[in-house]
Amino acid sequence: MSKQKNPIMGWIDDRLPVTVTYEKHMSKYYAPKNFNFWYFFGVLSMIMLVNQILTGIWLTMNFTPSADAAFASVEYIMRDVEWGWLLRYMHSTGATFFFIAIYLHMMRALLYGSYQKPRELIWLFGMGIYLALMAEAFMGYVLPWGQMSYWGAQVIISLFGAIPVIGDDLTTWIRGDFLISGATLNRFFALHVIAVPLVIVALVVLHLLALHEVGSNNPDGVDIKKHKDENGVPLDGVPFHPFYTVHDMVGIVVFLIVFCSVMFFFPMGGGFMLEYANFEPANGLKTPAHIAPVWYFGAFYTILRAIPDKLLGVIAMGAAIAILFVLPWLDKSPVKSIRYKGIISKTLIPVFGIAFAILTWLGTQPSDGDFLGMINNTTLARWLTAFYFGYFLLMPFYTRMEKTKPVPERVTGGH
Amino acid sequence: MSQDGVNNSRRLLLLGSTAAVGAVGAGFVAVPFLASWNPSEKAKAAGAPAKVDISKLEPGAMLTAEWRGKPVFIVRRTQEVLGMLEGLTDRLKDPANGNKAQQPAYADNLQRSREPELLVLLGVCTHLGCAPKFYAEVKPEPFDADWKGGFFCPCHGSRFDMSGRVFNGSPAGDNLLVPPYTLDGNTLVIGIDEETA
Amino acid sequence: MKKVIALFALMASSLSFAAGGGVHLDEHKTDLGDTASLQRGAQTFMNYCMGCHSLEHGRYNRVAKDLDIPEELMQENLNFAGKRFGDLMSIAMRTEDSKKWFGATPPDLTLVTRVRGGDGDWLYTYLRSFYEDKSRPYGVNNAAFKDVGMPHVLADLQGLQKLGCAPVSTGHDSLTGKEIMVDSCGLAEPKEVLYLAEEGQLTPKEYDTLVYDLVNFLVYMSEPIALERQRLGLWVLLFLFIFLIPVYLLNKEYWKDIH
Repeated sequence: MSKQKNPIMGWIDDRLPVTVTYEKHMSKYYAPKNFNFWYFFGVLSMIMLVNQILTGIWLTMNFTPSADAAFASVEYIMRDVEWGWLLRYMHSTGATFFFIAIYLHMMRALLYGSYQKPRELIWLFGMGIYLALMAEAFMGYVLPWGQMSYWGAQVIISLFGAIPVIGDDLTTWIRGDFLISGATLNRFFALHVIAVPLVIVALVVLHLLALHEVGSNNPDGVDIKKHKDENGVPLDGVPFHPFYTVHDMVGIVVFLIVFCSVMFFFPMGGGFMLEYANFEPANGLKTPAHIAPVWYFGAFYTILRAIPDKLLGVIAMGAAIAILFVLPWLDKSPVKSIRYKGIISKTLIPVFGIAFAILTWLGTQPSDGDFLGMINNTTLARWLTAFYFGYFLLMPFYTRMEKTKPVPERVTGGH
Repeated sequence: MSQDGVNNSRRLLLLGSTAAVGAVGAGFVAVPFLASWNPSEKAKAAGAPAKVDISKLEPGAMLTAEWRGKPVFIVRRTQEVLGMLEGLTDRLKDPANGNKAQQPAYADNLQRSREPELLVLLGVCTHLGCAPKFYAEVKPEPFDADWKGGFFCPCHGSRFDMSGRVFNGSPAGDNLLVPPYTLDGNTLVIGIDEETA
Repeated sequence: MKKVIALFALMASSLSFAAGGGVHLDEHKTDLGDTASLQRGAQTFMNYCMGCHSLEHGRYNRVAKDLDIPEELMQENLNFAGKRFGDLMSIAMRTEDSKKWFGATPPDLTLVTRVRGGDGDWLYTYLRSFYEDKSRPYGVNNAAFKDVGMPHVLADLQGLQKLGCAPVSTGHDSLTGKEIMVDSCGLAEPKEVLYLAEEGQLTPKEYDTLVYDLVNFLVYMSEPIALERQRLGLWVLLFLFIFLIPVYLLNKEYWKDIH
């Protein structure tokens, strides 16, 4: 430990490892100096998590979790509570931007092989966060108790009914009633505001601890710890603080500019963030003509709909998520980064990103429509679903077969 | 990490200005969170001035109105009652309205009211917030052998006269509060007067 | 007879969400800054709509404040229910009663423009698309909302439209500049159109303005903070752009020696 100049810090450090922890994770955590803009999305996810937790706590102060009063209490927040409208929009817009940040963060891992050995656990914790986040977002969407809250919950919970033998009992158990009701709303409220956030925060801590144990990957996928100076500092690393704190600030402010532009000028997000039908109170006797999930579930919803069989559809959807967990063991490439992978990976990774985006889009559209007037939505959904699984299932083969480029000893490009 | 060529003053200036602007931003962000704790429009509507029709209030009778969720006692006192107020001075803690916060200026008089007969009091005991009971009759009461009519708080035995003034020997220290009010014929408006309007 | 009406109305309400799709909507150029229009819209709403439709999430005093309506004027001329100034704009009609009378509860309209696509277009079209249809319980149908269970409350003002063959404009004569009118059933793609069969108290233009104001008011009701939100948004963005300057320079300063 370094010498303490400040006696108070010394006193504390003898009892709690504040300085050591700070050095380990901030001032002496050496991150590769060649991060590009893809590396902003981790900290941006963190910012959105803090935003969701803070505004969420404040929303609970005026939200009434009951089937009779939930809808009106949201409008109460929007109209009668001072600044309530802003807190609510920060939360609803925040959900969308949280997922944007998370998806780009995951795309980054895909591009630069950040899930590969020795970072498998980081990826697994990250997937855990993603899964918890989907549950969190789904249950949060039920709370305003509008038509889409109600029927979205109806559809998603019915998916469990596809499970043979226990399906029906399971759905009843999840709802706590024979239909979506106040009982469902109250348990989702409890899970949304307490249980799942606790899980997410715990997983984020594990995600970061695992990251700081092995160190950050970088766009070249080279290990910066191989070349250190006489003090044991990686030659291609810079201390996270102050270099990446000041660097991340730029990304955060730019991100906030985009975030605020949407929140203040397009808070409904054209019906993708706050769906039109959700401004009508839940009515169990009247189904909206077009039930669509919020955009961030679009891809998996499309995969579900692409399969013309209830059980198989649910299995496909589950598999689409599950297969992401085993990604570190599917990629057999000797190199991490797309920069040095072979031509197949170089082509497939961006195509996969685009395919996922189109799958997401299709999830928000009626299944009988046309995509850009060219191809039937369902047909396209099936092709893309096949590609989605093919991309992962064939990965062990093409990553081994293809000819990779030599990886440099040191990082390239610099900052 | 060589520190050669580091322009420290420029660095400090930029750090300072970033911190300063950032602090202002944090201050802005805090506003919605803090201000959302203020009474909402719903609370304000519930706390809006209460209109009471007092045309049917008989001399000597009391009616209880609600204002901001609290009881307001409205009594039309008789001349006989008003005549007795003067003689109680020696038995009261604050006979001359020494605590100016307990009544608006227009009620800073012997009757503690705008019009002598009409008494308007917040029905909340100044001791610990119970609702005092109205004992109008002049007769010996268990809590006071020489009772001249007034209010008695059942919680801790505080006693108030027909102007809401607290008697010696009560745990309460202040006279009952006279809320702001205006009179428009037979309509009493509680919660609003020339000062608060 | 009443039971039949109720049955029809119920069928209509169950169809309500199927309606609206595929119908051409006229654009409502919403202007929340036009206070006079919002005031007229509020007046129309209180006079013609509020008998059946509430605005139960909004308060009289908020509308008065946002629309520059003095308290006395609001309370005397627009608050027909005699509610307190700070009260919600709910209505006295009980759900059970309305169910009995209309077969369905007239919906609360606080958020109607948000439900209907987030803007005023659908409502603006709908309120101008009633036409005579003797087969319907109220004698009218609606081109934007097929078999709607609502009477044409503004019929006295608009007059009565019919759906059928009528002259429509196909453009302007290039020589004289006059409009070329062709019977809609004689077009290459024959279609039935709405035309005014009986005049009302207002000219078509006046009626459009009346509906425009009413819709303007309801767009305001769906989000009273909208104007303030945009105003504040500009300041927030301005602040963030200013904040970006020292943040950007600070980053550059730290990284200038890293190669």
